[in-house]
This record gives sequence, structure tokens and C-alpha cells, in this order.
Amino acid sequence: MKRIVSVALLIAGAALLAGCPKKHNVIESPNAGSQVSGSTQGEGASTSSNALNGDAGSQGGGMGADAPFARKVIYFDFDKSEIKPEFAAVVAAHARNLSSHPNMHMKLEGNTDERGTREYNIGLGERRAQAVRRALMLQGVAESQLTTVSFGAERPAVEGDDEAAWAQNRRVELVYGP
Amino acid sequence: MNRRISCLAAIGFMLFCSRTWAELVVEITKGQADAIPIAIVPFSSPEAAAASFDVAKLVSDDLARSGRFRATDRKDMIEQPHTGAAISFDDWRRLNNDYIVVGQIQPLGQDRYNITFELYNVLNRQRLLGYQISANKPGLRLASHQVADMVFEKILGIRGAFATRIAYISVLGSLPHKDYRLIVADADGENPHVVMQSNEPLMSPAWSPDGQNLAYVSFENRLPSVYVQFLKTGERRRVSAQAGVNQAPAWSPDGKKLALTLSTRDGNLDIYVLDLATQALTRITDDPGIDTEPQWSKDGQSLYFTSDRAGGPQIYRVGTQSGDKPRRLTFQGSYNARPRLSPDESQLSFVTQEDGGYRIATMDLRGRGDVQVLTKGHFDVSPSYAPNGAEIIYASRDRGRGVLALVSADGRVQERLVSSEGELQEPAWAPF
Repeated sequence: MKRIVSVALLIAGAALLAGCPKKHNVIESPNAGSQVSGSTQGEGASTSSNALNGDAGSQGGGMGADAPFARKVIYFDFDKSEIKPEFAAVVAAHARNLSSHPNMHMKLEGNTDERGTREYNIGLGERRAQAVRRALMLQGVAESQLTTVSFGAERPAVEGDDEAAWAQNRRVELVYGP
Repeated sequence: MNRRISCLAAIGFMLFCSRTWAELVVEITKGQADAIPIAIVPFSSPEAAAASFDVAKLVSDDLARSGRFRATDRKDMIEQPHTGAAISFDDWRRLNNDYIVVGQIQPLGQDRYNITFELYNVLNRQRLLGYQISANKPGLRLASHQVADMVFEKILGIRGAFATRIAYISVLGSLPHKDYRLIVADADGENPHVVMQSNEPLMSPAWSPDGQNLAYVSFENRLPSVYVQFLKTGERRRVSAQAGVNQAPAWSPDGKKLALTLSTRDGNLDIYVLDLATQALTRITDDPGIDTEPQWSKDGQSLYFTSDRAGGPQIYRVGTQSGDKPRRLTFQGSYNARPRLSPDESQLSFVTQEDGGYRIATMDLRGRGDVQVLTKGHFDVSPSYAPNGAEIIYASRDRGRGVLALVSADGRVQERLVSSEGELQEPAWAPF
């Protein structure tokens, strides 16, 4: 009995985990939405990001919603800033794109879930953004193309105080812009 | 079932109506068993319609909210004297009151009022206080808090903090369109004023020692900067907008400097001190870990801060003279962060992790460093001491919503400040 329950939990957990990124893809527009609500600078960023999407589509085949390049959010484990293997392809795709377009810039926005103190979370968000920055630079992106910002727990992607919401909020958003 | 819901809805509506003038409502969640019984008799006002302000109710709410007093219910008062001469002490003694406050409001003409009040010890009939305060109509609220302050101090020997203010962040709206507000209100949550509003995050409000300015972090333009805002005029100045992180401002005791958190190009967060007049920056810590959440000692000679240099976040102390080596203060548990010093520097309040929840704890700084966890929530963060050190205000969660809560520094009294709208975060108690 106990085993059955734990197996069921495992399956539920796996479904939950698998569900997370997908769910987020559907509402991927937080990315664009937050820019619209931001300053003129932000709006500029969202325009160039759109232009780039078109660009990429014509560049290589197979650019579905799940293709590495189309994905602009990297998720992290609790209290961790290591990039998980499943996001290596995403980083590689953007690294290729940035290094072949040296005039292009990317802002890396680090975020955490709501747990813990607000200012320490700013530090964790910055650490995540820096992890992505380092990975991109290791793959040939110039330092001058990248900036980081940490919002800590202040800009969640989804509301909620459960693991499902937290998993979607522990993230770095890759924002193409000026 | 249905009926019960509609009944609840009706009550909810009524509460909401009565709250249109009041953003926050206080609920005492844990009282003190040995609270002192006191009667605050309704004040007389000859022209009731002219003043129509219930001084006694406010005084009695303040005292009850402290958890150290139990205010006698009005319907249990057999008589309502307004001067000391009219008090029948034996009757009040039979009702088990240790103290009694009586008073009156007199209009002085031209929107001026005199509040006269007296405090008596019921047991020995001694007059402990007799004062007159004059105020205009909007000032009656503050004057009433001052009455409560005087009564509190006379009986307990601790300066009252009812006539002080708090600042906090309120977040309204839902994703992706959020509205962040920096609010200043009276200590009881009344009189809220929006000091700053943005559609990008606002964080970490910090009062200047003179209570005239607030420093805070704003993400307007989607980048963090530290601002200092003069409350009287609303005029503000951007004091730190370095590349990378600009966070966690803390005023030096003389009000001339800010400790803050900045980052190097590769994202290493360290503590710096910014001279507000000269803009000169002094680096205080230099470690590859996250160093943040600084807080000054009263003499301005050292800073308490959070660092994860040893793995998880822990609290450290470092001298502000260059080259001083930080000393670790917390050793219990894997998460201790965001230190705040009590006004007399006898204890430190901070956030600790216990049973998977984040809770408010204190550490004794004078004795053996005993740690006491004061709260039982899962998301209790951002502690801030009242200027008299008696209470700590902090951010908590109630049924999924961000609320402000209070706990006495000894953990015996707990209250919630419930807001009619918005997520409330990061309370900061103003100085006297």
C-alpha cells in the first residue's frame, strides 16, 4: 500500500514537473507582457525580440515552440544556480545566435521563488543570471553583448505558494534588446 | 450551506464598508494572560457633533493592541465620569480595573480642540497624570495616540510608540500588470498615504534617522536603483545606479551615509558605504559569496549583514574601518538572514528557517546568544523593531495573502494587520 502511494506520488510529481515548462510556454508572453508594461526602453526590447524570432525561423529548420532557440526561459532547482543539462541546448542555440550577430544584445533577468528574504533572493537571482552569462561567454558570446539584472522574488511568472508555481518562478529570462 | 455563505458575505461587506476609511484592521491573535485591566471612559464633548471624534476608543484600541492592557468594555461601565472628582473608585475597583482614564474634548473655536485627560490608579485613588493637548480636527487622531503613549509610559515605564508611523510596500493587480506602492501610514495602519507608485517592483524602504526621508529600491526602467525621497515635498534623488545590483539601503546613525549592496561586473554582491554628500563609495566586504542586507550598529562603527560565504545564509558583523574581518554570529540552523538591531542593541531580530517555514527569530546579544523563534508562520520575513523596542512588525501570509503582523519582542503577544486590498510587504517602523 505504502509503495503504491509513493509510486502514485512519483508519477504525479513527474507529471507536475513535465507539465511546468509546457504550461509556461503557453503563457510565455509574461516575457513580452512585462516589457510592454515597462518603460520605452522595454518596449524597444520587445520589438527587436520579435524581429529576431522571424530571423531565426528563416535561419534553420524545425523551429517549433519547443525548439531550443524558441525557448527563452531557463529554469533552476531550489536554491541552485547550476544550469541543468536539459537547458544546455537552449543556451547553445542562443550562444550561436549572439556570436554570429555581434551587434545583438541580450539582457539576462534572474528570478527566484518567493521563499526566503527579499534581498538575499536578489543575490540568488543575480547568481542565476551570472551562471547563464558565463555559459554564453564560454560559447563565444562577447562580454559586451550581455547584461544581467536580478528581480529576486519581485517579478514572479506565476502566482501561487506551492512547488508548481515556485518551479516556474525560479528562472532566468533571456531578453533580446538594445 | 448557501445561507451560511450569504451570511458571511453580508458580514464581509459590512466590514468592508466600515473600512473604507481604514486600510488596515488589527486582529489580536495571541494576547498576554496577565494584561493590565484599564478603563478608558468615553470622553465628554459638549458639542458632540462638532468634534465627533472618539478619543477614548482610539486610546483603548492602542492600549489593547499592545497586548499589555485589557480595556474594559463600554457596556460594562456603570457610569461615565469625565473628571477625576466624579470617579466612584469603589465601583471601578469592583469591576476589577487597576487604572482609569477620564477626559473631555472642548472646542476652542476655529477648528481647534482641547483634549483634557487624567489617569488614576483605581486601587490607591492616586492621580498619575493630568494633561491638556490641543489639536485641530485632523490632529485629533495623533493627539489621541499621544494620550495612549503617555498612559503606556506612566504605567509600564516604557515609552509608547503609538504616535509613530510605518512604511510598507503594497502590491495590487495581477500578473503581468502589477502596481507597486510605497505607503506611509500611522503605526495602527490608519491614514495610509501613497508615497511612490510604479508598475515595476519597489523594495526595501528604510527610514532616515530623523524620520524625514525614505530610502528605497525602485526597478523603474527595469533596472534597480536606490532613491532617497524627502517625505514632506515628495522630492526624490537617485543616489545609486551602478551597473548591476543596487540594493538594501540602510542609513548610518548620523543620517549622512547609506550602507548598500552593489555588485561587481561578474555579479558578486558586496556591502559598500555611500557618503550621500560626496557620493564617495567605500567597500566594506570582499567575498565571492552573497553579502547583503546590511544594518548599522548605533555607534556607526560596525555593520550586521547576511552572507552565504560559508554555504547557506548566516548573519555576520564587520567593522566599518577597512580591513576588518567579518565575524559570524548565527550558528543554529541553515538559514539566518536579514538582521535588524533592537533600539537598545540588546537583541537582533532576523529571519530563520524552521520546520520548512521562514520565521521571525531573535538573538540575545548581551548574554549567551540565546535564540528564540517568535512566530509560527511559513512565510514570515522582513522584521522591523518599533522605536521603543517593545514590538516587531513583519510581513506574513494569511490565507494566501501578504499581510503585516506584529509580535512583542518577547513573543508573548501576536497580532495581524489585515488590509482590505493588496499584498503587503516589507514593513519598516519609523523612528520616534
